[in-house]
Amino acid sequence: MKKTILILAAIAASAPAFAADTNWGKGAEDAAFKAMVHSSFREVGMATLSRLDQDATQAFCSDPKHADDKDAAKMRAKIEAENMATIKWPSDGKFLGDWKKGEKVAQSGRGLTSTDKPGQVNGGNCYNCHQISPKEISYGTIGPSLLHYGKLRPNNEETLKYTWGRIYNAKAYNACSNMPRGGHMGIITEEQIKDLMALLLDPQSPVNQ
Amino acid sequence: MRRWNFALAAVTAASLLGAVGAFAEADKSIEGIEKYREALKDGNPAELFEASGEELWKKPAGPKNVSLEKCDLGLGAGVVAGAYAQLPRYFKDTDKVQDAESRVLTCMSTLQGVDVSKYVKAKWKSPERDDLNAIATYISGMSKDKPVKVSLAHPKEQAMYNLGKRMFYYQGGPHDFSCSTCHGQEGVRIRLQELPNIPTPKGAASGWTSWPAYRVSSGQMWGMQWRLADCFRQQRFPEPIYGSDVTIALSMFMAATANGAIMATPGIKR
Repeated sequence: MKKTILILAAIAASAPAFAADTNWGKGAEDAAFKAMVHSSFREVGMATLSRLDQDATQAFCSDPKHADDKDAAKMRAKIEAENMATIKWPSDGKFLGDWKKGEKVAQSGRGLTSTDKPGQVNGGNCYNCHQISPKEISYGTIGPSLLHYGKLRPNNEETLKYTWGRIYNAKAYNACSNMPRGGHMGIITEEQIKDLMALLLDPQSPVNQ
Repeated sequence: MRRWNFALAAVTAASLLGAVGAFAEADKSIEGIEKYREALKDGNPAELFEASGEELWKKPAGPKNVSLEKCDLGLGAGVVAGAYAQLPRYFKDTDKVQDAESRVLTCMSTLQGVDVSKYVKAKWKSPERDDLNAIATYISGMSKDKPVKVSLAHPKEQAMYNLGKRMFYYQGGPHDFSCSTCHGQEGVRIRLQELPNIPTPKGAASGWTSWPAYRVSSGQMWGMQWRLADCFRQQRFPEPIYGSDVTIALSMFMAATANGAIMATPGIKR
């Protein structure tokens, strides 16, 4: 009897996730797919083979159905909660740095590729996907426009925390966001996040002119 | 020679336009880039690579001192015309699905007796890779204006397509990027570069039918293997091994999705 209940419980727990899973078709089952991935790459520089190993968020979001399927909503909430728990708030309680430095971080797309050198300063890659300062017309559109970001929001603690959290770990707010987890994955430093925060929120920043 | 001067003038004009029009809207910049691409098509330096690729194809080489002319690219030994438009495909002799570049390696090995491991291990911009890029450019040029016609009839072809589709969405690395992060939406850009939405026929066609391509910014000729390797580099992934299944699978996914589109190879890019 206990066994039956356990099995039923297991089915109940796994059923919603299952319903939303993509069937990749013949020949692309888990074992074959893993074998392909693990035989197809070589390490170059700091781009090690361990980068092919996924964490729970990456594994979940590698199925496009999971991004918006209703049946996957519970899993998305769980992934978001796990990512929320990783966020480290500014160690000295100060959220805003120097917007001029922030502009440089936003402009740079450098860092962590197979051809980058270890120890160099990474960029935030921000302009690749977002409009930010009106002076920069070469911006991408994968993410929303951040023009007038601070001007459009109330100047309060909530805005500071939301913006910090979103830069530190975007997956805390949207499980399968396209945005990298800048702080959580060690792409940018706490200091750089402060500077980006100033670029977005400082009234003197061109973003808010 | 006049053609090259024209190309250079177009580049200069485009960069001047870029500087003067700093206040112009981004849409106008894209329009400018499009015009400059059009102008460049008039004298695509890829022609030089096609010529040197043809020479490499026809020149006896390797321990057996024979040319690659008897290579079977899928349409029978020695048939180059139209072959690229039907690749990747399953080959009985290797029992594998292969793209143009991995098939050339097979022919170098079997026909010419070449130890191809040094070509696989070579770095981009090495003489070995330059040769392979030139040969792929020549083969692709022989399919110019032909419709893409990739078969999924063999179970291994279907499996490769399915694997490619799954790989397209596979996230990893410090940035959580997959191919889909940039190439899975309609009408988006990185900076000013418009991105094809690869899972759609139109997007796959724009991605597949214009490579190999000459890249004006670097002055280099890139085959699809190099194109994919650089995508993975920007994804912060390790490097895909030349001709590895991941590269064939993604090519198969793109090519089959682009079926019916017209090859515009070799292409030209910024």
